[in-house]
Amino acid sequence: MKIGVLCLQGAVREHVASLEQCGVDVVCVKKKQQLADVDGLIIPGGESTTIGKLIERFDLAETLKKYIRQGKPVYGTCAGLIMLAKHVEGSKQFILGGMDITVARNAFGRQRESFEEDLLLPFLGEEPFRAVFIRAPLIKACGAAVEVLANCRDEIVAARQGNILVSSFHPELTDDVRFHDYFVAMAKQYKRDHAKE
Amino acid sequence: MKGVSRMVEQGTFRVKAGLAEMQKGGVIMDVTTPEQAKIAEEAGAVAVMALERVPADIRATGGVARMSDPDMVLRIMDAVTIPVMAKVRIGHFVEAQILESLGVDYIDESEVLTPADEEFHINKALFTVPFVCGARNLGEALRRIGEGAAMIRTKGEPGTGNVVEAVRHIRMVMSEIRKLQNTPDEELMTFAKDIGAPFNLVQDVKRLGRLPVVNFAAGGIATPADAALMMQLGCDGIFVGSGIFKSNDPKARAHAIVDATLHYDDATLLAEISKNLGEAMPGLEISTLRQEDRMQERGW
Repeated sequence: MKIGVLCLQGAVREHVASLEQCGVDVVCVKKKQQLADVDGLIIPGGESTTIGKLIERFDLAETLKKYIRQGKPVYGTCAGLIMLAKHVEGSKQFILGGMDITVARNAFGRQRESFEEDLLLPFLGEEPFRAVFIRAPLIKACGAAVEVLANCRDEIVAARQGNILVSSFHPELTDDVRFHDYFVAMAKQYKRDHAKE
Repeated sequence: MKGVSRMVEQGTFRVKAGLAEMQKGGVIMDVTTPEQAKIAEEAGAVAVMALERVPADIRATGGVARMSDPDMVLRIMDAVTIPVMAKVRIGHFVEAQILESLGVDYIDESEVLTPADEEFHINKALFTVPFVCGARNLGEALRRIGEGAAMIRTKGEPGTGNVVEAVRHIRMVMSEIRKLQNTPDEELMTFAKDIGAPFNLVQDVKRLGRLPVVNFAAGGIATPADAALMMQLGCDGIFVGSGIFKSNDPKARAHAIVDATLHYDDATLLAEISKNLGEAMPGLEISTLRQEDRMQERGW
């Protein structure tokens, strides 16, 4: 099992460490050829405007969009969530799309308002999950195909549509790898299903 | 399904250092107007540093350099969606309180401004807003982290367009970390005493093999090759002060430095990136600076 982390800018090191704890091989994806043999891809937190520009400039857009369209497992945290949204409120920045959600950037406020908080996420077990929100985006609206996985302050902060997983918080900044385990399980399921074909 | 929320905490060290983690691999640019901030954002900057004069102009003007006008900082905050940083004088905790009240995303307690306190830095742990501080060696970096800094940068020699001091500082930090990794535990206390650093942070660095916070390069970066050099030497990202808006094609240069920071290890691409950027900022030979003009000597 090999998982890629999009390595253009942002919290790459932390995702690599979390994935290694989950016992999978990790590849840092900087160039499009590197996407060919990864069983899943994480788009990390960072600055979404910067990541978008680098995707465009270094000709990664089509390859990434195709990867998502094929239904391969993709997990976006924070800026990664923004990149995977169909629509970003009040912004013309470049995004990849793929998930039927509308996102508001910096929705909790500026860095001063950033926070961490325990969330109960039954799909990850009984133990609360420490969610770290940093200038975090929110999911303001989502289509029927989207399953809401987590709320915070009555807002949607994690969701899944098919093989696309997103969270507006940063599991990679904690020692709790349950979110990454969940994604790795998605990738394993995908691999099993497609091995049969 | 509804999450039940408890134990909400703002301004934890994890939240403060976390923003810097999100900036890794990126370029933070000094800007003096909303228009420059937009150029920086358009070029792909991960944040901007709002200030009235870039270090080269501070150096040229002389006199006391202070925190920027809050109105000017606010206008830059309105102009872009990326984080906005601003500088305070070393030890001037009231300037920091003012910037925090504006909602600035990061405060740089900076040797580029004239120090307000020659003995004590700001108690940065008291603030909700995170701080970045300059350092020339491991001891200085860990003293700042001990005071609550959530991000470190090399001091270099700001406003010179000469990368030599930034190189000296990152080489020093990296070599001290390598030495620490080979130091047996019973020698750690003496190591901590010798570099004047908190013992627990020395233990952290030995365990991690790096600083416990993000470490950017600053102070003299003027070209894409300079940025790539600092990245290859082990920095997590780049601050460019005067290097962009003192060059003769800021847009192209800003764009190129962002690209070079990503592809720092690909010489063929770096050659492409470095083409046709026009004149870099005028540079200063460090030995021509008078002792009192060496900004890196400020702070301890």
